[in-house]
Amino acid sequence: MTELKCHKGIGSLVRGEALVASDNFSARYDLDRIKGVFSRPAHKLFGLSYVDKILVLNTSKGGVASAWMLHEMKSRGIAPKAILFNRANTILAQGAALAELAMCDRFEDGDITQLICTGDQLIVDPQAGLVRVERAS
Amino acid sequence: MKLTQEEQSMLAGDMGEPKRWAIEHMSQVGAMFDAADLVPVSQAHMMADPESLGDACVEFLEDLASEPEEQRKVVIPMITDPRGVDLNYYRPLGQTEAMANLDRRTIAACEKLGILMTNTCVNYQTVMAPLKGDHVAFGDTGVVIYSNSILGARSNFEGGPSALAAGLTGRTPRYGLHLDENRRGTRRFKVHVQPRELTDWGILGAIVGRAAGSYWEVPVLEGIESVPTSDDMKHLGAAMASYGSTPLFHIVGITPEAPTLAAVGAADIAEVTEIFAADFDAVRSDFGGKGDKVDVVVFAAPQLSIVEMAMVADLVGERKVHQDTALIVCTSPTVAADSERFGFTGRIERAGGKVLQGTCFYQQYAREIGEANGWKRLLSNSAKIVNILGGYGYEPALASMQDCVASAVAGEIV
Repeated sequence: MTELKCHKGIGSLVRGEALVASDNFSARYDLDRIKGVFSRPAHKLFGLSYVDKILVLNTSKGGVASAWMLHEMKSRGIAPKAILFNRANTILAQGAALAELAMCDRFEDGDITQLICTGDQLIVDPQAGLVRVERAS
Repeated sequence: MKLTQEEQSMLAGDMGEPKRWAIEHMSQVGAMFDAADLVPVSQAHMMADPESLGDACVEFLEDLASEPEEQRKVVIPMITDPRGVDLNYYRPLGQTEAMANLDRRTIAACEKLGILMTNTCVNYQTVMAPLKGDHVAFGDTGVVIYSNSILGARSNFEGGPSALAAGLTGRTPRYGLHLDENRRGTRRFKVHVQPRELTDWGILGAIVGRAAGSYWEVPVLEGIESVPTSDDMKHLGAAMASYGSTPLFHIVGITPEAPTLAAVGAADIAEVTEIFAADFDAVRSDFGGKGDKVDVVVFAAPQLSIVEMAMVADLVGERKVHQDTALIVCTSPTVAADSERFGFTGRIERAGGKVLQGTCFYQQYAREIGEANGWKRLLSNSAKIVNILGGYGYEPALASMQDCVASAVAGEIV
């Protein structure tokens, strides 16, 4: 198991499976929030379900809507378990705070989208600023 | 994050649940961004369209609105971004009673909180523009980038919850764009072609935003030879923020914090990204081609100023919109009143178009109204909207305002 250090994040400890891309993220621009899949054709995760996954992406982009949307998605059980970024923007952090969704960024060991692979099992501890990675076999 | 005695009292719940929630929310966000304390803000602007809110967030607002009046009212002027439904015109768009009711509930809750329902993303043109150095808590990325860059005010991108927390307390965490060190230029761009009309400015914003690509980069543009208009900067900023999550840019010799390169700390940046006409063409070619059929032509994102309303009305003239094509124009309630008074709305609607007030196309259930009306091929002069709507099932295309109107008349891209 590998341990990755990051900045103190938002939310409580969660475990789950990673879904990784070097792309950026916006709930408004990239998701079909009814079906629970990435819906933007140009996104590397297009067509894949994000429900209950731990998303690992480069940075957050686009508009302010995601700040409400994370809470709305979580209330319907159609949300990711956590989101890890190389660098979050303000909106996604604010959205995570309202939704009580785990979110971390600024990893000490480099590009998080390279350090974690889709299918890896993760334990995300935002308050400790730690992510534990168990490699998928 | 250091809290004053009054803020600690708010956090303890001594001043009611709304303020307790607000300080707690801001403490979490402030800790993530290493804010030292809270900074007083003079205004707040909240995005709260019902598509984003859904039932869960409307209930959240209603819970706050049910608190005692002296505890729930915002303490600074607080205004709103566009709504999701024009309550005078939603059934013809295929919007449902459920959507309208969610919007009605949102409005009722916001009014109980003391929020002014301005329903606009061009408040810097229509309500009260902040001054240089003024700390504010604005939502809508287009509003923030304009206020930071063109006016020299200081705001982070504030999502709805954080804008509300600022409104309830008159404060926001002091991080990001509230600090001098984050307002210095980090990337240089040299523009070798002068944008001529609004779409060109939007395309320039898209190029710079894509290249900058992060909330934490501050682009500095050189080579702009004449002073642009407010509408030019509106389109530049909205596109840059949309493509790059960029909250601030400087134009040397034009914007207030950048009389020189050195003034924004960018004189030592050796690498310069050059932007030529071919870069503009590359963005255009991503979106649409001549002869393609058009289902809907949209002027929105940002809402139109009265000057843009006049331009659209003049371009429409006495022509009629093609029977298989819809023309939608979104503006603020105050601009809509002027547009009506000046006869612009009448001219657009006699031609078969529709002026919506207090909404913006992509914030009003764009997926559902597209499906209800069979709209797939969408044409707009807004680089921002064509960026967003790909994810909503549209095939968006980009053209100048003049070509958008001509295409609406022809029913295909001219």
